[in-house]
Amino acid sequence: MSSTVITRNVVVRNPQGLHARPADLVVREASRYQAEIMLEKDGCRVDCKSILSLLTLGAECGTQMSLLAEGADAEQAVAMISELFDSGFYELEQAE
Amino acid sequence: MKFSDFICEKAICAELSSDNKEDVITELVDSLLQAGEINADEKADIIAAIMKREELGSTGIGRGVAVPHTKHPGVGKLVGTVGVSVDGVDFNSLDGEKVQLFFLLISPPDRPGDHLRALENISKQLRDETFCRFLKQSRTREDIHQLLEEADNNQFAS
Repeated sequence: MSSTVITRNVVVRNPQGLHARPADLVVREASRYQAEIMLEKDGCRVDCKSILSLLTLGAECGTQMSLLAEGADAEQAVAMISELFDSGFYELEQAE
Repeated sequence: MKFSDFICEKAICAELSSDNKEDVITELVDSLLQAGEINADEKADIIAAIMKREELGSTGIGRGVAVPHTKHPGVGKLVGTVGVSVDGVDFNSLDGEKVQLFFLLISPPDRPGDHLRALENISKQLRDETFCRFLKQSRTREDIHQLLEEADNNQFAS
């Protein structure tokens, strides 16, 4: 069975970047879906269900990446994870 | 960023003696104090800050690795150390496994980029199974330091 890949551009908005805690949030959210979910930065793709992989991106504030998902629930996965990026991983208000 | 940019060689701890989260963090911070990287009167505050960060969610990121860390104004640049536990420590890791490898980081509050690049380097190197295994098997400070040097020279990560 073929399925479409859902893609959306996301931007790291919180000043601290995609550090351990945001990466943990992404993994927790991604793990709720069956879809394969990846983040791509500079041609490098990593698995959103692995915190170790996400941390290899070293994504600072302002970094643009592509979020890709493939699978039955891909659309919802992309919607929810891009919302995490948009909300700055809930760190925008407490930013130093 | 390379390990040599932020890991203090003198503070590397082989064969950690602690067997719980707070003790192992204390042991590693104490080692940074002995190495002259932090001030004695800030030790307790740094340990408390690292423990507080752990309450937000364990920094045990899987594969037997943890990256306990905090921001603290007491350091002028990113400082860190590595500790290896032979038997592993229960760290409430995300994957439930005991932690054998600790990378403890203290960064100045205004340098989030350096902290990210240190995490990037650690995670990239640890993706390599061989590096991970050799590090867990290391029993002396010299062995650990040599492995970090080899990793810095791109002998592991692809």
